[in-house]
Amino acid sequence: MSLHVSNAPYVFSGNTTRVLMRDVVIAMIPTALAGIFFFGLRALLHILIGIVAAVAAEYGYQKLLKKPIRIGDCSAVVTGMLIALNVPAAAPLWITLIGSLVAIILVKELFGGIGGNFMNPALTARAILMVSWPVAMTSFTLPVYGLGIGVDAVSSATVLGGLEATPLQMFLGLIPGTIGEVSKAAILIGLAYLLLRGVISWHIPVIYVASYAVLALLLGNDVLAGILSGGMLFGAVFMATDYTTSPMTKKGQMVYAAGCGLMTCIIRNFGSYPEGVTFAILLMNIATPLLDKYMGAGRVYGKGKKA
Amino acid sequence: MEKKKSLFSVFFNGIVTENPTFRLVLGTCPTIAVTTSAINGIGMGLAATFVLVGSNFVISLLRIFIPDKVRIPAFIVVICTFVTMVQMLLQAYVPSLYESLGLFIPLIVVNCIILARAEAFASKNGPLLSAMDGLGMGLGFTIAITIIGCIRELFGTGTLFGIPIMGASYQPMLILVLAPGGFIVFGTVLGLANIIMRKLEAKKAAKEGAKA
Repeated sequence: MSLHVSNAPYVFSGNTTRVLMRDVVIAMIPTALAGIFFFGLRALLHILIGIVAAVAAEYGYQKLLKKPIRIGDCSAVVTGMLIALNVPAAAPLWITLIGSLVAIILVKELFGGIGGNFMNPALTARAILMVSWPVAMTSFTLPVYGLGIGVDAVSSATVLGGLEATPLQMFLGLIPGTIGEVSKAAILIGLAYLLLRGVISWHIPVIYVASYAVLALLLGNDVLAGILSGGMLFGAVFMATDYTTSPMTKKGQMVYAAGCGLMTCIIRNFGSYPEGVTFAILLMNIATPLLDKYMGAGRVYGKGKKA
Repeated sequence: MEKKKSLFSVFFNGIVTENPTFRLVLGTCPTIAVTTSAINGIGMGLAATFVLVGSNFVISLLRIFIPDKVRIPAFIVVICTFVTMVQMLLQAYVPSLYESLGLFIPLIVVNCIILARAEAFASKNGPLLSAMDGLGMGLGFTIAITIIGCIRELFGTGTLFGIPIMGASYQPMLILVLAPGGFIVFGTVLGLANIIMRKLEAKKAAKEGAKA
């Protein structure tokens, strides 16, 4: 009688991609609700368009190329939602639509679908939108607290662009910004949920913010305002922690997160854009294969020398 | 036994079968750098075509006299001659195109399509065939970068050959006329061109299979 032993791993935890992605969506709901509360139903429209466009683009592409349809894993929902949360509420709705199409087709599917992309799809889409339509992507409005769908709010500079705001205002989200980034309280609720469910570990978000704080302190910036304004918390919790584009080992993740924090601070201080989170995380996304190679994940099980 | 090359097959080879941009993936630097508008694409393509035809013809004539060991410097000298002529002609008759192509005109000297054709074709074939090869390759390059230039100009600025196409309400996707857009459009068009070529080749193979 012959015994067949399949390859490791043997333990199945029940954590499928679908469950993980559903958890990420749940974690983003407080942020989305806060965005809708502050910017009105127009924010909800952005979110719906982002999700529908992302899922439709993934379905359409996989259908067209006769690949297995994998919209059931919910990763497109996450991407679409992230894009909408990264757009100012006053931006034209087609911006979110194009962002979703670019993220899914250009960044994700052309590189082999889920797990194959080398940069975070939502973040790359945001960078492309930023460079393509800089005016629309930086026309921030003050929160309106209404149900208005039209653009009736007054456009305003962000805190990073020189607006005065108290730390409490910034924490609650009473500042201009993109739909998802303004309310730090809602982002922290999402972070707590993700940590509790074990979807992400604390390393990336905490080290990201800490390394930013250290460099900002050395450069004499207002550290608290720096952390509470702009998209840093949103990026640290929802963007930098993407499985595909962050390193596999804890050691690698720490270097990655420190790089994100330092780059953010450097771009904010010396770059031509007031905000540096997008490009900082994208740069570290590109460095991820290198970090995986030199931070312990380069050895395939059972092959090569032990480190 | 190798089939004797006909002028037409050599010409056709450069435009489709071995299109320098889509099949050989040569000369990608000008392909990405100057294709911000359709007119730049055509201008660059035709300038390179002129140099290719001239350098291929002259190098083919000189191929017996050029010692093998110093052939690359010798090729470069010939190519430089034609590039200088093109540069002066452009500067004299189309100064606006000369301005927008800028540094990329003198850089035609090191365009790898031209050196590759000198090395792979002109140094082994007669002058007439070589000139025809230069024409085919040059036009293949021109067609390819004009397509890329049209796409980038149409979506990146909303115009085509400088004429507004997309209407006043269109908000151009600026990234397409910047460097990242060059890579994105080039890669996408390259992929599509290869899908089409593969389909055509499969059809041709099926036809030949049916004959046999």
